[in-house]
Amino acid sequence: MDLFEYQGKQFFAQFGMPVSAGEVAFTVDEAVAAAERVGTPAMVKAQVHTGGRGKAGGVKFAATVDDVRKHAGNILGLDIRGHVVKRVLIEKASDIAEEYYASFTLDRSAKKHLGMLSAEGGVEIETVAEQNPDAIAKIWIDPVDGLTEEAATAWVEAAKLNPDATDGAVKIMMQLYTAYTEGDADLVEINPLIFTPDKRVHVLDAKVTLDGNSEYRHADYAQYDETQPRDEREEAAHAKGLQYVGLDGTVGVIANGAGLAMSTVDVVNQVGGAAANFLDIGGGANADVMSGALEVINNDPAVKSIFINIFGGITRGDEVANGIIEAMSRVDIDSPIVIRLDGTNADEGREILRPYLSDVLQMEDTMLDAARCSVELAGQGDNK
Amino acid sequence: MSIFVDENTKVIYQGLTGSQGRYYGLLNREYGTQVVAGTNPKKAGTEVDGIPIYANVAEAVAATGATASCIFIPAPGVLGAVIEAAEGGVEFIVAITEGVPAHDEAWFYNKLRRDFPKVQLLGPNCPGIISPGKCNIGITAGHIAKEGGPVGIVSRSGTLTYQALYELKQKDIGVTTCVGIGGDPVPGTSFIDCLRAFEADPDTKAVMMIGEIGGSAEEEAADFIKNHMSKPVSSYIAGVTAPPGKKMGHAGAIVSGGKGTAQAKMDALADAGVRVGMNPTEAGDLMAEIVAEL
Repeated sequence: MDLFEYQGKQFFAQFGMPVSAGEVAFTVDEAVAAAERVGTPAMVKAQVHTGGRGKAGGVKFAATVDDVRKHAGNILGLDIRGHVVKRVLIEKASDIAEEYYASFTLDRSAKKHLGMLSAEGGVEIETVAEQNPDAIAKIWIDPVDGLTEEAATAWVEAAKLNPDATDGAVKIMMQLYTAYTEGDADLVEINPLIFTPDKRVHVLDAKVTLDGNSEYRHADYAQYDETQPRDEREEAAHAKGLQYVGLDGTVGVIANGAGLAMSTVDVVNQVGGAAANFLDIGGGANADVMSGALEVINNDPAVKSIFINIFGGITRGDEVANGIIEAMSRVDIDSPIVIRLDGTNADEGREILRPYLSDVLQMEDTMLDAARCSVELAGQGDNK
Repeated sequence: MSIFVDENTKVIYQGLTGSQGRYYGLLNREYGTQVVAGTNPKKAGTEVDGIPIYANVAEAVAATGATASCIFIPAPGVLGAVIEAAEGGVEFIVAITEGVPAHDEAWFYNKLRRDFPKVQLLGPNCPGIISPGKCNIGITAGHIAKEGGPVGIVSRSGTLTYQALYELKQKDIGVTTCVGIGGDPVPGTSFIDCLRAFEADPDTKAVMMIGEIGGSAEEEAADFIKNHMSKPVSSYIAGVTAPPGKKMGHAGAIVSGGKGTAQAKMDALADAGVRVGMNPTEAGDLMAEIVAEL
């Protein structure tokens, strides 16, 4: 779950970290009212789940409330890399002497937490990593030990920040690590972490990704779930508890298992088509789940054909076939369907499906043939 | 032979009294696995279809001599269950449960390394392990695998593993052991752990490896294959067309910051001499070619 900047700052503030006073606004009038409370000069910052907003004109300095009105008017509705700005953060402006970078994430390779701190902040860390890797001080933390103040101090010193920033930075790194672990975050990032002319270390931006698997122990995470960027299709699938990712093609995909679903999308692509979605209905593949999946895909206007790819393991092919037939009787489907059913009791399953076969319900024995057939039906095949 | 588990492996099911644990525990027993005990602190002294229930893993180990455990406990209880199993004295732990927080996984992974270095954890969020004809721990349908050899399988994906087992069976190719390492960010058992074990197993003559996007486990495996493996490997990587920044079903299946792409993994594997298929069927065909050449 990705948090907006203002959510990330609220999240950080819970752990005592210093963030600027600010309010989120959805309209120009709200932005003006917020600026009157927060005070000027202020920053008007687009809240979007993507980077590069500064370059896109999504972050502006406002010396006066009138400036806030003007900038909020320009930024609200702005399209930044396909994300339309619907909310802005009005935040008290800060004086900046130096800009740093700080983050914690899981190093999947080392299987330890990785902290990164750099005196070169305010630019993309990937760029720093490429051009001047020595400018990033790294620390690997064993989750069982956690981060000690001693280790944090050595790490901060290795990053060669302004010596006067050391104490403030150590304190914030300790708080950031606590936010990362207690908050069950996949990523916490501050870019820039600033050092002010009056020698304070301060959090000027916040990028936070939370682990969806931890929602059960964080009651307040439901609010973040609601603000995830989802298109209409993804919203509908999410409401049904389906593992769905919207894509740009015309072949609707339903498969059981994440690996098989990914593989199905790949194979559709290999034979010259493009999938409209990734959708994993899990191992069971019963009529309820199948009809929910068909509804979501049927409501996608881009879908021209549907490829159902099921491998029967413990769930038998005959059970799956009955599930498909029942689901099809519940949903009025607009696009032709191609089924590939393999695995346990596949022959029995195919026999159950056979009487229902027609121009709009076809069956193929292999994944590749079924992919070709569904791509042809979607009118984009190369007929290889 | 086989790796990690065989006909002598005695297994405890943590969560045998729950609906999933009971369903798969009994299926595993039917397959021939030695399912010797279940655990549940509130139901100690009872039984599930003749299988005795103990209060905890330590008591179950003392009573049965079990060396493995299989966890069918809901996600919030997995951290406690893994540590209970390690403290209880089993050497091999299979955690099937999906949805375990990544911070829990990172914690118990490192805890085991430090305090229980002999314990091998498989999972979480994995289908389990099957040494066909000998032992099946987890949720794989046993009959889709042909017993014997010469192929070992290791995979991050459940259904693609089943697909691989099934395709090999159709081609009359047997499997020594098939290990599903799972799709989470911190798997207890890695590709390399399995490749090393297969390399040492005299009955395994070739290995099929199924990966997917996210992380760098496949690249690390490629490096291992290049430097430490004499046996031929075929591979398939799912997610070539996955968009960046999206979790594709599995918690660990995500391309982020340009890292973890399928193409980079396939290139690394091909560079290590692995025969890489473009889809599961092709990977199966490549394995059939390898077996024919043995």
